[in-house]
Amino acid sequence: MMILQTSGLCKRFGGVHVARNIDFGIEKGEIHCLIGPNGAGKSSLFRLILGAHAPDAGTIRFKGEDVTRTPSFARIRKGMSVKFQVPGIFKDLSVRQNLVISFQHHLHGHDLEATIRRVLGFTGLTGLEDQLAGTLSHGRQQWLEIGMAVGVEPSLLLLDEPTAGMSPEETRQTGEMLRELNAQGVTILAVEHDMSFVQQIADRVTVLHFGEIFAQGSVAEIISHPGVAEIYLGASDDE
Amino acid sequence: MKPGLSGHPSLVDVAPMARQSALKLWLSRLEGPQTMGRGRGFWTGFALVVLAAAAYPQFADGWTVGNTAYFLVWTFMALGLSVIWGYAGALSFGQTAFFGLAGYAYGVLTINFGAAYGFTLIALVLSVGVAALLALVLGYFMFYGRVTGVFIGIVTLAVTLVFQAFMAQTAGPEWAIGKARLNGFNGMSGMPPLTIPWPGGEIMLYADVALYYVLLGLVVLVYLGLRMLLNAPFGNVLVAIRENPDRAEMLGYEVRRYQLLAFILGGALAGLSGVLYTAWGQYITPSSMSITAAALPVIWVAFGGRKDITATLIGTLIVIAVYQSLTIYGSQYAIVVMGTVLVLTVLFAPEGIVLSAAKRVSRLFGKGRGK
Repeated sequence: MMILQTSGLCKRFGGVHVARNIDFGIEKGEIHCLIGPNGAGKSSLFRLILGAHAPDAGTIRFKGEDVTRTPSFARIRKGMSVKFQVPGIFKDLSVRQNLVISFQHHLHGHDLEATIRRVLGFTGLTGLEDQLAGTLSHGRQQWLEIGMAVGVEPSLLLLDEPTAGMSPEETRQTGEMLRELNAQGVTILAVEHDMSFVQQIADRVTVLHFGEIFAQGSVAEIISHPGVAEIYLGASDDE
Repeated sequence: MKPGLSGHPSLVDVAPMARQSALKLWLSRLEGPQTMGRGRGFWTGFALVVLAAAAYPQFADGWTVGNTAYFLVWTFMALGLSVIWGYAGALSFGQTAFFGLAGYAYGVLTINFGAAYGFTLIALVLSVGVAALLALVLGYFMFYGRVTGVFIGIVTLAVTLVFQAFMAQTAGPEWAIGKARLNGFNGMSGMPPLTIPWPGGEIMLYADVALYYVLLGLVVLVYLGLRMLLNAPFGNVLVAIRENPDRAEMLGYEVRRYQLLAFILGGALAGLSGVLYTAWGQYITPSSMSITAAALPVIWVAFGGRKDITATLIGTLIVIAVYQSLTIYGSQYAIVVMGTVLVLTVLFAPEGIVLSAAKRVSRLFGKGRGK
């Protein structure tokens, strides 16, 4: 069953088509990675799904409901959750405050406290709850944001380069974290650059190129796809 | 009763328990992460300050107490600005528009309908409502029109200046609402003070001891009420919006709605100050909406510490007291000093002088903001 489906999605900024007629779907329960070279339209598609951009044409359905014109905050309330590339945390507030603000519209009292404790444990931030979020290491800030995004058990977790700026060890731990979340039933869409990370977590991969879907399939299929190697993997070898 | 509810322990017993726990919840929000001060030490200090303020009229004459009441009049506008600017992160430079509008509304209502049967109190509520309505309309167009940052300051300043310019040209006799002459630049006067109906004769709250007590009570109520509101989920969302509006939206909060609610609250509080000012001195003039008047609340709140209502309250009272003392030597001179205070605050204590000092003291004693 598709949890999210776009059909004929188009978006252009001036003369640049960042999304051309995109028909794209995410199966319930999978980890789906969105890859492609710089400028392929990954972030634009991500933002279209979130409602941060309005499409010029096409529709977006989430859990069977048309959300094409639904504002971002309402999509979040319907069960989407997001973690940005640059940690989108409240840096001048404590770790605990960050979590309270993230969960308070769903949870209160004991449930809220229990969830905060659970998320602190899950993200390895127990004992740091009174620290200002901005003073955490970069990796921990990323984990805090993942914690903020998953505390209310979203149906679809959207991650924009979740491992950007992380050490290899932190990246590995993040992969485990996402696998665990997925095992608990969270569907995940991740925009990602790091192919080894994609191999670690992805069930299915979609490759974007010039705002179009270039290829789609399992990790093995994508890696063995000759065109993908040319446009993407070849390019990433040069980086 | 619905069938499913039979067998439930009597609902009659549950309701008071729910009420009790709701009360407990709200009282617990007197302390929290969004307001400075907690624990026995803070509340003992708070009680002592309130007691000292309550005892003060015993040691001063009525005229002086009435003048002190004047200081308290302004605190509501300052607290409101702290909510909009300090907590929700939107600098309004035109709180005086709400102040002036509510002041004039009180004048028009009470000059036309008098003070009998407690009407001045109804007029107070209606006038604050008028200010809140203006805030609703103006805020709706600003926040839903995607006006952000410095432009909020520019739009609100423009509104207060338009109000001032408009009221200043209403000198002719044709500018009257019922019996109330708007009276142009000289302003409206002759409205009754707040009057409380009382068995055995109404209590007219002229600028004297009784008015002082009413204002003191109101300041304490509004201050404690705001503490509870700001430590509630609503306050958390405002702070989230101030810190990172995009993230707040992506956590499922309708940012514009919360900004609008904060703006209405701030507008209503500025309106309350406007009504109390008009009732206190029994006059209101267009200059109360001038650019100088509009700048003063920004200075009080910046000096105290916009991100905390306690710091704002203390800072406002200090600055107004100093400003009043200085105006004895000439108001132009006092305004220059106020400008200097603002510049020095921005340069050396951008969080506010009172707030910075309080943080330093709390670090000394190992106590910070509530968790």
